Amino acid sequence: MSDHPSTYEPKTGVEKWLDQRLPIVRLAYDSFVDYPTPRNLNYWWTFGGILSVCLMIQIITGIILVMHYVPHVDMAFNSVERIMRDVNYGWLIRYVHANGASMFFFAVFVHMFRGLYYGSYKAPREVLWILGCIIFFLMIATAFMGYVLPWGQMSFHGAVVITNLIGAIPVIGGPILTWLQGGFAVDQPTLNRFFSLHYLLPFVIAGVVILHIWALHVTGQNNPAGVEIKSKEDTVPFTPYATVKDGLGIILFLMLFSVFVFFMPNALGHADNYIPANPLVTPAHIVPEWYMLPFYAILRAVPDKFLGVVAMFGAIAVIFVLPWLDTSKVRSMRYRPVMRWFFVIFVVVCLGLGWCGGQLPDDMVFSIGTSASGTPIGLNYVWLTRGLTLYYFAFFLIIMPWIGLKEDPLPVPASISEAILADHAKKKG
Amino acid sequence: MSEPEKDHGTVVGEDPNRRDFIYIAAGAAAVGAVGVIAAPLVSQMNPAADTLAMASAEFDLGKVSEGMQVVIKWRGKPLFVRYRTPKEIKEAEDVKLSELKDPQADADRVKKGKEQYLILVGSCTHLGCVPTFGAGDFGGWFCPCHGSHYDTSGRIRKGPAPLNLAVPEYEYLSDTKVKIG
Ligand code: HEM
Ligand code: FES
Repeated sequence: MSDHPSTYEPKTGVEKWLDQRLPIVRLAYDSFVDYPTPRNLNYWWTFGGILSVCLMIQIITGIILVMHYVPHVDMAFNSVERIMRDVNYGWLIRYVHANGASMFFFAVFVHMFRGLYYGSYKAPREVLWILGCIIFFLMIATAFMGYVLPWGQMSFHGAVVITNLIGAIPVIGGPILTWLQGGFAVDQPTLNRFFSLHYLLPFVIAGVVILHIWALHVTGQNNPAGVEIKSKEDTVPFTPYATVKDGLGIILFLMLFSVFVFFMPNALGHADNYIPANPLVTPAHIVPEWYMLPFYAILRAVPDKFLGVVAMFGAIAVIFVLPWLDTSKVRSMRYRPVMRWFFVIFVVVCLGLGWCGGQLPDDMVFSIGTSASGTPIGLNYVWLTRGLTLYYFAFFLIIMPWIGLKEDPLPVPASISEAILADHAKKKG
Repeated sequence: MSEPEKDHGTVVGEDPNRRDFIYIAAGAAAVGAVGVIAAPLVSQMNPAADTLAMASAEFDLGKVSEGMQVVIKWRGKPLFVRYRTPKEIKEAEDVKLSELKDPQADADRVKKGKEQYLILVGSCTHLGCVPTFGAGDFGGWFCPCHGSHYDTSGRIRKGPAPLNLAVPEYEYLSDTKVKIG
């Protein structure tokens, strides 16, 4: 809350001296110690802190990897293998970085679904939401370029397929593709620039995160009740309440993270990426990392090359404009009995898209027999994907605006403290 | 600053047009300068001189046996050199152009008198994967990435790829030797 007066009192002489010159301790105190936090936040709200930890982990492990990694087509693969075998604790650093990307995306997906469910994108938090979408988009770009660096078979052919998406744009696509690849194929210039940008973008993300938190502290946090803070009774100070809750969330998250790093470090990767890149042979089944699969599925659902690319980027673009698609007066889906079911279906559809993205399009989901010519009859993955894609877009473009107008929301509590008291009464009675 | 200001005793706002002119000129100069500075920063990402000076490749067709293909690397991409069987050539020639997504006669994709040798850029016109030799519904190639089928002339027959596999520029140096590029 911007109208929250600063309560910071510099105690020592040094603090007083600094406060008059650069009130940075005051800023930190007001933002993370005495900051008024809605008292009804649940554990879905710990993912913001978790995401900050993820970004720090990626930057620290990334900078260490760069100390040993060589961005050259003849040496990249071997330098990563050397990190794994010879560099002291290199295996740990790389497994943390590689699995860290997956954990980062897992956390950001939870964070985004949280925002969707509790209406955190609605006025006055549109800019906050859009900044989050920008971070998400930058994360996708960063992770894609990072995945190219080890220069295995999946790295190389993934880079070929994804850069060629740009080539699908009519007229200007070709020249842009050449400009992006720095040649007429994915090769040394491409690897070199992806390395440069993979180093840069996380710091850009860090910058946007600062804007994101700034915007958050201007509007104040949303909360499960979806009503704004009205009085002091509605809040608790950030420290110790939110810090401790976030801390527990982070510890649980790091435990999950450790299970992957120490017990199944390659479970989320693809075995083909341990084969050095060979431009002459494409792996039989090329798939992106799991966190890109829903978007990859949408790309493949559309038979036309250019329109497929439009649909894939559209699937991300539509999230940006969500604040203007939702017509409901009620923020939190807790009080939206109809919409919450469409939300549940939406989550299932997103998971379904991810699943389809990892399958071969012509394979059968189930078959109910075979035709005379021996081809199976039933539902194949392309058609399942098309159905799911349709729901994905309909959710934003039709269901959101329409249900918002039609639905009868449940009574919304007058304030956060009232919502909590009502909860308590329900539990007792 | 629409109101005339008086300083140093002179009337500055006497001629507002002169002031507007200075703003516009300065603005235009700034935009121009940004453009001039941005141009090299953007253009450095285009292929460098050594990348553009790509060597042409010579290939001895004697290395390919009938019914097989050899894949060589050319300008960072795979190049297919296929020695077609008479049956494959006939299949390619017999297709009606009206059946094709990207209509082109087989004769336009090979050199006259050398119909058995088909030389193609081995990069799928969908998103650039390398199609698999001999697979697919049309006996040519099959792209594993998103399921494009090419015939024995390398023409797209089924799947998301929009165009035929590209024929690079090449010439025969002798009966069995070609220079590509
Ligand atoms: C948003 C934060 C980041 C994400 C999501 C991310 C993601 C990735 C991914 C997915 C890989 C491929 C891992 C593999 O399969 O081997 C990778 C590799 C790499 N990243 Fe990052 N990264 C991030 C930040 C950074 C930073 C800040 C640096 C350097 C300062 C860096 C340097 C590297 C290097 C050198 C590699 C190649 C070595 C390897 O493959 O393990 N990364 N990154
Ligand atoms: S790249 Fe060949 S079908 Fe997509």
